[in-house]
Amino acid sequence: MLNIPCPYCGNRNESEFIHGGPAKAARPEDLAEIPDADWVHYLTVPRNVVGPINEFWWHVKGCGKWFTLTRNTLTHEINDSGQGCTDGD
Amino acid sequence: MQHYSIFSLARNALSGHQKWSRAWRSPELKKRYDVIIIGAGGHGLATAWYLAENHGITNIAVLERGWLGGGNIARNTVTIRSNYMRDESIPFYVKSVSLYEGLTKELNYNLMYSKRSMIDVVQTYPRLREIKRRMFNMDLYGATYQQISVEELRRRIPALTGGGPESRLPIIAGMVHTDAAVCRHDAVAWSYARAADDRGVEIHQNTEVTRLVRNGRNGEITGVETNRGTIHAKKVAVVVSGHTTTITDTIGLKLPVKSFNLTAFVSEPVKPVIDVVVNCPDMGVYLSQSDKGELVIGGAPDPGQSFRRDIKQNVFEDTVCSLLELFPAFKRLKLMRQWGGALDIAHDASPIVSGTDIPGLYISAGWWGGFKAVPAGGYTLAHLIATNQPHPLIAPFSLNRFDKLNFILESGTTTAR
Repeated sequence: MLNIPCPYCGNRNESEFIHGGPAKAARPEDLAEIPDADWVHYLTVPRNVVGPINEFWWHVKGCGKWFTLTRNTLTHEINDSGQGCTDGD
Repeated sequence: MQHYSIFSLARNALSGHQKWSRAWRSPELKKRYDVIIIGAGGHGLATAWYLAENHGITNIAVLERGWLGGGNIARNTVTIRSNYMRDESIPFYVKSVSLYEGLTKELNYNLMYSKRSMIDVVQTYPRLREIKRRMFNMDLYGATYQQISVEELRRRIPALTGGGPESRLPIIAGMVHTDAAVCRHDAVAWSYARAADDRGVEIHQNTEVTRLVRNGRNGEITGVETNRGTIHAKKVAVVVSGHTTTITDTIGLKLPVKSFNLTAFVSEPVKPVIDVVVNCPDMGVYLSQSDKGELVIGGAPDPGQSFRRDIKQNVFEDTVCSLLELFPAFKRLKLMRQWGGALDIAHDASPIVSGTDIPGLYISAGWWGGFKAVPAGGYTLAHLIATNQPHPLIAPFSLNRFDKLNFILESGTTTAR
């Protein structure tokens, strides 16, 4: 069970949260300009590495805040809240 | 290949079981092969067998980081079924079920294949609607799915005593899928390995692929780097389940897949109490009873991406709580073992069996629930590798479906819960 640092409530038990999926880079603004391949990449390809990834969590049974954190997919180590690793390497 | 039969069993019993020949060789690693298959799991070994059997290609190396059949082929709940939603998926899984049915004979290896219905315990109307939609689709392809009443459901599964009118989610119906079966998971890996080895396929365990190698000029695949040196081949298939991106990242190929941890556990052995595969999609739990009497229980995946092979305590507790809602008597059972595996799932929850932009590189990934797909997955990937043309059954599952956003959104998988 993870001990998740909510930026508002501090460390809380994982059972209070709902996982919100991978956190991605910002949505491209100039959709008409960028190549189709980049758009498809943005829509479908997540960062999937053995190591740190960014993801959304929702403190649904607490303060209700949505936030991003960085978690290691092998060790479950949570680095910090809100900073994040470089996306889409 | 030593033929297995009642007579060979009797003969070897007389000699104290000391004279069985080895099921497969451990040959020297060569420098060059026609085809390299990364991953000696169910799909990898099945691919090797069908390449040899259907296409006459036998100069194949199957490279395995750990030991043969130690990955997800040993980390599942052995359910074989074809109750899927999409027009693309159903014929594929129907084919897989039919290949499984003939496998014991084809490979001369007892898979302990046991056909038994899978019964869905339905507790919400949206779920019933979704399953009935699958039923109508499956009717078109000859796969069976039938609704039964709650009374009939409880008659067929007497241990199902929870989910009554007083409970939070009363059971409203059952759905029976009579094509379902279970079989021995190790035997699937071992039988394909033995049969493929007999045709000359080489299986190399403890051989970890560290990098894919491309030709600098035309970008074609030329081989792989391993912990035992570089091995050359013009065709390389990545069949490594959850670690697909770990391999493809080494040449910068980005795939629309995420890896997750899916787990299961077994109870102590008890007398026969459940003779079907029970699936409770609304509670997120499914179970069957093995020949040894253990209840094999699986639940929902850990929601975040993960490459772990253990079980997370809260996932385990959630699954047990769900189980006890419907089967309160199982509260007394001790749980014996638990396991998990890293699986990858594509953006649209359908598999990817495909060539890539890199000539000579083939991918078989996204097998969420890949155990049931082992024979058809190997059969079709072998066709693709041998002919460079996708088999009609997997033509829709190519990687380029994402380019046009032609998703095959599948609801018949555990993630859809």
